[in-house]
Amino acid sequence: MEEGQLSRWLKKEGDSVAMGEPLAEIDTDKATMEMQALTSGVLRKILIKEGESAPLGQVIAIVGEADEDISELERKAQAPKTEAAPPASTQAPVEEQPSEPSTAAPPPSPQPPPAKPEVTTGGDGRQGDVVAAEASGRLIVSPLAARMAAEAGIDLRSLSGSGPGGRIIKRDIEDAITRGQEVTAPERAEAAQPRLRAVPPLQQPTIAGASPFRDEPISEIRKVIARRLVTSLGPVPHFFITTEIEMDRAVQMRRNINALDPDLKISINDIIVKVAAAALIQHPQVNASFQERVIRYYERADIGVAVAIEDGLITPVVRSADQKSLSEIARELRDLAERARARKLRPEEYTGAGFSISNLGMFGIDEFTAVINPPEGAIVAVGTVTPKPVVREDEIVVRQMMRATMSCDHRVIDGATGAKFLQTLKKILENPLYLVV
Amino acid sequence: MNKQSSDSGPRTGAKSRSATAVIEQEAPTTPEHTSRDSSDSEQNLQGLDRETLRDLYYQMLLIRRFEEKSAESYSMGKIGGFCHLYIGQEAVAVGTISAIRPDDYVLASYREHAHAIAKGISPEAVMAELYGKAGGCSRGKGGSMHMFDKDVNFLGGHAIVGGQIPLATGVAFASKYKGTDQVTLCFFGEAAVNQGAFHESLNMAQLWKLPCIYVCENNQYGMGTSLERAMSFQDISQKARAYEIAAEHVDGMDVLAVRAATERALERARKQSLPTLLEVHTYRFMGHSMSDPGKYRTRAEIEKYQERDPLKLFSATLNENGIVSENELAEMDEKVRDRVERAARFADESPEPASEELYTDVYASPISRGEI
Amino acid sequence: MAVITMREALNQAIREELLRDDSVFLMGEEVAAYDGAYKVTKGLLEEFGDKRVIDTPITELGFAGLGVGAAMAGLRPIVEFMTFNFSILATDQIVNSAAKMLYMSGGQFKIPIVFRGPGGSAFQVSSQHSQALESWYAYFPGLKVVIPSTPADAKGLLKSAIRDDDPVIFIEQERMYGIKGEVPEDDDFTIPLGVAEIKREGTDATIVARSLMVPTALKAAEQLEQQGVSCEVIDPRTIRPLDIETIVKSVKKTNRVVIAEESHPFCGVAAEISAEINERAFDYLDAPVRRVSGEDVPMPYAKNLENLAIPGVEQIVEAVRDVAYLE
Repeated sequence: MEEGQLSRWLKKEGDSVAMGEPLAEIDTDKATMEMQALTSGVLRKILIKEGESAPLGQVIAIVGEADEDISELERKAQAPKTEAAPPASTQAPVEEQPSEPSTAAPPPSPQPPPAKPEVTTGGDGRQGDVVAAEASGRLIVSPLAARMAAEAGIDLRSLSGSGPGGRIIKRDIEDAITRGQEVTAPERAEAAQPRLRAVPPLQQPTIAGASPFRDEPISEIRKVIARRLVTSLGPVPHFFITTEIEMDRAVQMRRNINALDPDLKISINDIIVKVAAAALIQHPQVNASFQERVIRYYERADIGVAVAIEDGLITPVVRSADQKSLSEIARELRDLAERARARKLRPEEYTGAGFSISNLGMFGIDEFTAVINPPEGAIVAVGTVTPKPVVREDEIVVRQMMRATMSCDHRVIDGATGAKFLQTLKKILENPLYLVV
Repeated sequence: MNKQSSDSGPRTGAKSRSATAVIEQEAPTTPEHTSRDSSDSEQNLQGLDRETLRDLYYQMLLIRRFEEKSAESYSMGKIGGFCHLYIGQEAVAVGTISAIRPDDYVLASYREHAHAIAKGISPEAVMAELYGKAGGCSRGKGGSMHMFDKDVNFLGGHAIVGGQIPLATGVAFASKYKGTDQVTLCFFGEAAVNQGAFHESLNMAQLWKLPCIYVCENNQYGMGTSLERAMSFQDISQKARAYEIAAEHVDGMDVLAVRAATERALERARKQSLPTLLEVHTYRFMGHSMSDPGKYRTRAEIEKYQERDPLKLFSATLNENGIVSENELAEMDEKVRDRVERAARFADESPEPASEELYTDVYASPISRGEI
Repeated sequence: MAVITMREALNQAIREELLRDDSVFLMGEEVAAYDGAYKVTKGLLEEFGDKRVIDTPITELGFAGLGVGAAMAGLRPIVEFMTFNFSILATDQIVNSAAKMLYMSGGQFKIPIVFRGPGGSAFQVSSQHSQALESWYAYFPGLKVVIPSTPADAKGLLKSAIRDDDPVIFIEQERMYGIKGEVPEDDDFTIPLGVAEIKREGTDATIVARSLMVPTALKAAEQLEQQGVSCEVIDPRTIRPLDIETIVKSVKKTNRVVIAEESHPFCGVAAEISAEINERAFDYLDAPVRRVSGEDVPMPYAKNLENLAIPGVEQIVEAVRDVAYLE
């Protein structure tokens, strides 16, 4: 995550704060986090307004004694990207940085660092967000591109320019804006929550007779989805395998289990998660991810399940699904989904899966191909369970069929490997008794 | 005035061509040629009345004292840039300009303080302009070489040698175009005669019959270069005749002679709309400008000419004819010195132009867009 | 709207102003009896007589100065230079008298004069007859410099120039006298000085062009449109005072600009515009400002060499592609 948005101040200038007390709500790319005061004192100065974004590390407020001179801190705060918070009794809280869990894979950089020696570091003298780092070479960038990068919070050092002499130009910044660090599957969002932002004004078209329109600022989550999607389907070599699964026994099992206890509300999705976890343990080459220099093989099955939320989607993770019972999985998923929609997930709850499942069956979709969440090695997309005529032992019978498409990262999983996994998945879903064998 | 034809112009040995309209006069360029014949005194006064005669002298004296004051102010650093003094040539500016009407036009070169004052710009306004003050006739933006006053029809003040000659020709053109009988006087030195602009202008003036009087103040030196060193054929009036323009030699130290010649030219201009060139022989007692070390002529030569100082000559004439007494001359001098002091004081006290004046009057129709 | 040639438009402008104001008169070489070397002043002697339409001797410095003097005395002269190459002889009067008179007289003597004639290249008329001098004259505060590219612009601007109280250098183009265009038939049709015109709207690149280069730039814009680059073509029409705001506004929109001119590049109008864009729109530039100028040589006689010396459609297209980072 590179930046966050100040969603709501919970205190105003002049209020006293106690250590641990929440000061503001920060909209990260996944959830709304509370920022807590790290010291007691008075909230002397607010440096960022509600709705404004700031990159990680930028000073957004100053807490100190009521009568303390904070002019030096203020001055430093306005200066281009400052280092860590100053010491002593006054403290400038920096942006909360929801850190990635140590088990999670670091996200791939948007573009491999360029080989050209001249495009390394070197400030171009701009104030604001572009970091003027130690220079070992010159950064060549057009004035427009420099300004756009500053406004978008993009570090120019991470880009290679497509202009003459490696000049970074407008096109390069536009491309960088549409790329990102993490990608979530591009599935349709269902609005479950009321709108968090005000409705933008209706604008009239310039083309006669065309439709009026509203331009909405891109929310953090959409930005991240956008960024991540582009780093997936492009760079990751996908291939896709499809199979049709007879779900009759799974459907029946679900009915039987739910009949045992009204509180147990198991869904087909829960069953698929449990089965996928089992299959992953049986096929460890699939429970893997590409990490630039290594392929990482996981011990347990951490499965991400795509959940549609208002304005986007998120993939909360069921940890060690192979070791959880169906009811545990069901309960967990319900809780995760609810908190996902309320945007109250913690980062460790939605990152670091080894494998994902995406289900559009509830929308009547027969079949679709999903985009892998990098750095995971694969994702399975399932459609509706629907009665269909099939041929069994030379006879036409009606069975509950579900189509499943697996997208695999060919750097990690070959065709045969993926096919075998899918075979196992099908086998267990068609005969859930395999779970207890 | 004597009407003579002579075969040779002064110092040139050239043959003259006398056309019917041309009047020639022997130019008294060497002291030997001058004679003060008191029997000519009535003729020498040209039938002018007492007031006019005294005023002629007053004007010349005022100019003399003004120029002396300017020299002093320049040495004190109150006047910057160039300062070209007219001392010795007073009879020319006064003799010519006293004969014209207020609605006639005058254009001069950079040696113009005298012409400006003679035409009617107050010594205060001229001195303030020299000092670069807001009270100057050009609001401090012209300086010594660019005096202007629309109200008295003094059209500058031009610093490119000969630059005023086509301009004056154009002013005369405008009078003719408008159908008035206004006349334009154009003053320039003999060195300007070598400029193409002189020839182009005279050609058009005669071709189109323009009422312009070209007054060539031949003071024999173009800066440090004498006439002989600059001009292959030195009879300037002849050059005018090459364009069929009527021309005369005039004794520039004799204010009445200058005036009489001017009257003749005015008649020609107003009645026939024809140009005239007056080659007026004169001499400047000071250098080309205040920075001129004056190595190109001898002290002796200057002193020789100073014997024919126009002020000395005319005051003697007036005295001899009982127009003005010694006492009155002394009183006049005192009055003039007072006047000049007042002018200097006015210039001292006048404020500098406001900084905003830097950008005023670049254009008459203001620019609405941008700063350019 | 009438469709007329450039020379007809100029003729109408002069004629209408001669009718409107008695103090306006016209002079120059061959303007009267010959009907004008380029026939711009055709018929004017016949209609207005030799008091107001005057043939001059070949005496540029003299008649330019005469015009300035006449302006000082209240007339409104139109002085024709047969070509602006000959105006060089008159430079002293244009620059030292006309441009400075108002200022050095402390605001007393305005000079409402128009110096007009063709400038720039013609067809193989060689080095002394092919010079584009607008940047020369634009250098001097006190002068205004106008350079139209269409019959409508020519008529509207010439009328305004004649009515303007300052000395105006009005530069036509011999190659363009015959071009046709729509001109409003209103006899009081004027275009103000100092206002640029967007000859073609676009979004991807700005081309600033004047005089002969306007049709060339428009053709280049057509070609570039086919190549997917939408160009905005701006004709400043007046060089001094320059409507830099219209140009800057366009550059802020497109982020890239090419300036086309037939004159030499060094110290030229394109160099001036480029400096202004640098100062006012630096943060909006995605590429350096490019100039497409005439070659930095005296104009040669040979046809092929002359064509090489004057920018063509290809050079403008290449320059636009360059600033758009297209191969």
